[in-house]
Amino acid sequence: MTVPQIEIQLIAAVVAAACALPGTFLVLRRMALLSDAISHAMLLGIVVGFFLTADLNSPLLILGATLTGLLTALLVELLHRTGLVREDAAIGLVFPALFSIGVILISRYAGSIHLDTDVVLLGELAFAPFDRVVVAGWDIGPKSLVVSGVILLINGALVTLFYKELKLATFDPGLAAALGFSTTALHYGLMGITSLTAVGAFDAVGAILTVALFIAPAASAYLLTDDLARMLVLSVGSGVIAALSGYWLAFLLDASIAGSMATMAGIIFGLAWCCAPERGLFATWRLRARQRWEFAQRMLVIHLLTHEREPEAEPELQVEHLWHELGWSRAFATRVVNLAEERGLVTRHNGRLELTDPGRLLAQQTLLA
Amino acid sequence: MALPLFDLALDYTLRTVALGAMLLGLSSGVIGTYAVLRRQSLLGDAMSHAALPGIALAFLLTQSKEAPILLSGALAAGWLGALLVSAITRTTRVKLDSALGLILSVFFGFGLMLLTFIQQQAGASQAGLDRFLFGQAASLMQRDVAVMGGGTTIVLLTVLLYWKEFKLLAFDPDFARVLGLRVRFLESLLTSLLVLAIVVGLQTVGVVLMSAMVVAPAAAARQWTDRLGVMVVLGALFGILAGTSGALLSSLTPRLPTGPTIVLVVTGMVIVSLLLAPNRGLVWTWARARARAGQVQADTILHHLAALAEHHDSLEYGHPSAVLRTTGLSPQQVDHTLRVLESTGLVRRIDQDRWAITPAGLIRVRPPLHAAEIEKTGDSPAHRVANPANTAREGPR
Repeated sequence: MTVPQIEIQLIAAVVAAACALPGTFLVLRRMALLSDAISHAMLLGIVVGFFLTADLNSPLLILGATLTGLLTALLVELLHRTGLVREDAAIGLVFPALFSIGVILISRYAGSIHLDTDVVLLGELAFAPFDRVVVAGWDIGPKSLVVSGVILLINGALVTLFYKELKLATFDPGLAAALGFSTTALHYGLMGITSLTAVGAFDAVGAILTVALFIAPAASAYLLTDDLARMLVLSVGSGVIAALSGYWLAFLLDASIAGSMATMAGIIFGLAWCCAPERGLFATWRLRARQRWEFAQRMLVIHLLTHEREPEAEPELQVEHLWHELGWSRAFATRVVNLAEERGLVTRHNGRLELTDPGRLLAQQTLLA
Repeated sequence: MALPLFDLALDYTLRTVALGAMLLGLSSGVIGTYAVLRRQSLLGDAMSHAALPGIALAFLLTQSKEAPILLSGALAAGWLGALLVSAITRTTRVKLDSALGLILSVFFGFGLMLLTFIQQQAGASQAGLDRFLFGQAASLMQRDVAVMGGGTTIVLLTVLLYWKEFKLLAFDPDFARVLGLRVRFLESLLTSLLVLAIVVGLQTVGVVLMSAMVVAPAAAARQWTDRLGVMVVLGALFGILAGTSGALLSSLTPRLPTGPTIVLVVTGMVIVSLLLAPNRGLVWTWARARARAGQVQADTILHHLAALAEHHDSLEYGHPSAVLRTTGLSPQQVDHTLRVLESTGLVRRIDQDRWAITPAGLIRVRPPLHAAEIEKTGDSPAHRVANPANTAREGPR
């Protein structure tokens, strides 16, 4: 690996980690689409800022674009408050309009500024190492690494500092309000952090794919744990993995790094969806199958318990008769009887089923439960 | 500007563009109505972004740039995206908003990865797929418009055919279920139509902004009516108007991307509707609130003057406006309200700054007794004050 390659991966990983922190709360607080709106609308702030400063990493531009993000959240809220449109429609009205103004500005002045629609959509991660910060003759590193590193530090510090407050307001906003925490302040604080992070990520992955880094790792982590702290760690982790593997995928295909990162983030979510230990599709299927056999065996022992004391019900106890009586298929009934026999719940005497003591106990317990 | 517009009817390109944009507005305006009413505005956003990898894959597999092939890919991918969103929300605890954002960004990222891959593979000559990002009305061909026409026809016919069912689904899905309608089927039918409408618009508006064409015309139409039929027609009209004017504007102006232009036009319509639509519009609400506040002020002042008149037992005695400020109204509000009341004859000015209620004003605040009762007692409130003898008989108040 060459030095620029390592630096690109570092930038990608830092950006992904910075996004995953606020992303976790966005997913938990059901505000994922507000981050979509913010990162789209942010383009306008960045374009206008770029006109003024001609530098994607200028502090002024970052401040202006962050304010644009906050303005978007505010506009959505105001529009929703009029009672004339619902919140989803409000989001769907605000950000395309702001984004369109940004795109039109870029296209109209495409010749005179160093910012085109490809940068908007993809960022320019591949060129990031060539734009360096030099302080007093010392080469500190690529500009976007410095910027996104600072943003990651800010996010990390804020999440650590306000961990309790965020946790409370996320899971029980009513209690948080009753205890005197300002949920509005927290809401706009989170929106501010999201905006700031989106500006930082914009440079690396472009306006739209920022959303992938906000949401996909956090959603994957959400499937893996019930603990907020662990979820934060897991989403940062899966974000970083998506960033690094995405880089190599892009390297392999000679394709866009940002697009590949989003793809990998999606694949990681797919893996979590299928294979999560407790909530994954496979785990759920296994559990359902187990429950199905368990339920059938209990049905069987209860059936035997009901009929074993009736002398006239002799045919009820025949294996041959079971499938008909319980509405099972013949194959299913045979399988259930075999399973129950293996477990020592029933025994078989020339085609006639008898409950064992554990079998009778299980039937009685089930009936009592 | 005048010359190109003059040529409009003759110019083949412009005619194609206008027709395409019209179809786009028509289909998305109609189907957007249902999306907005069913709170699925952002499903359109997710599906239009999700269409991108479909376009890229269709090109990779067939090496063809024919619209029907690319749009079929878009249709399949958009549909798969919708399917995944619904599967994620059904089988995991990830909520709808996260599922939408996830599918939107991941599919779009995958699409961009494929696009850049294609560009590397085939060189710049194949870069034509870029037009699907922000739309390029000028690139529309007559064949493309025919495909769009087909899609629009399917959308319109299905909506007409299932009019009653969709209406019920939009307003009371639970009732629809109770009635025994196949709600799951109808929902997926509506979703499929939404994907179809999106695909119809992709070439003109682009995947990034197509969602606005679903939301905005319908949101604007919603302000003008409470009837579904009117809303669908208005949504279609707004869509057509925005689509056509935006597409023509961008075709006639250099370096003006089509999608964003159309979106800004339609956003303008939404703003006008939000402000001006009768009854619901913000200006109307504001005017109503003002009128109501004025009414309350007038009532307050009248009641005050009536009480004063009764207290003084005289309609001739003038009261300085300063006295009326004890009602909690500001001096300006008091003066303004007094002038309004004077012009309607409920209050009169005794001299410079002293006011009294008129008999008409008194009747307004103290409504006369039932007609029969007045006849019996020969009494009315105005009468009571104006004629001290009457009040005297009733004793001290």
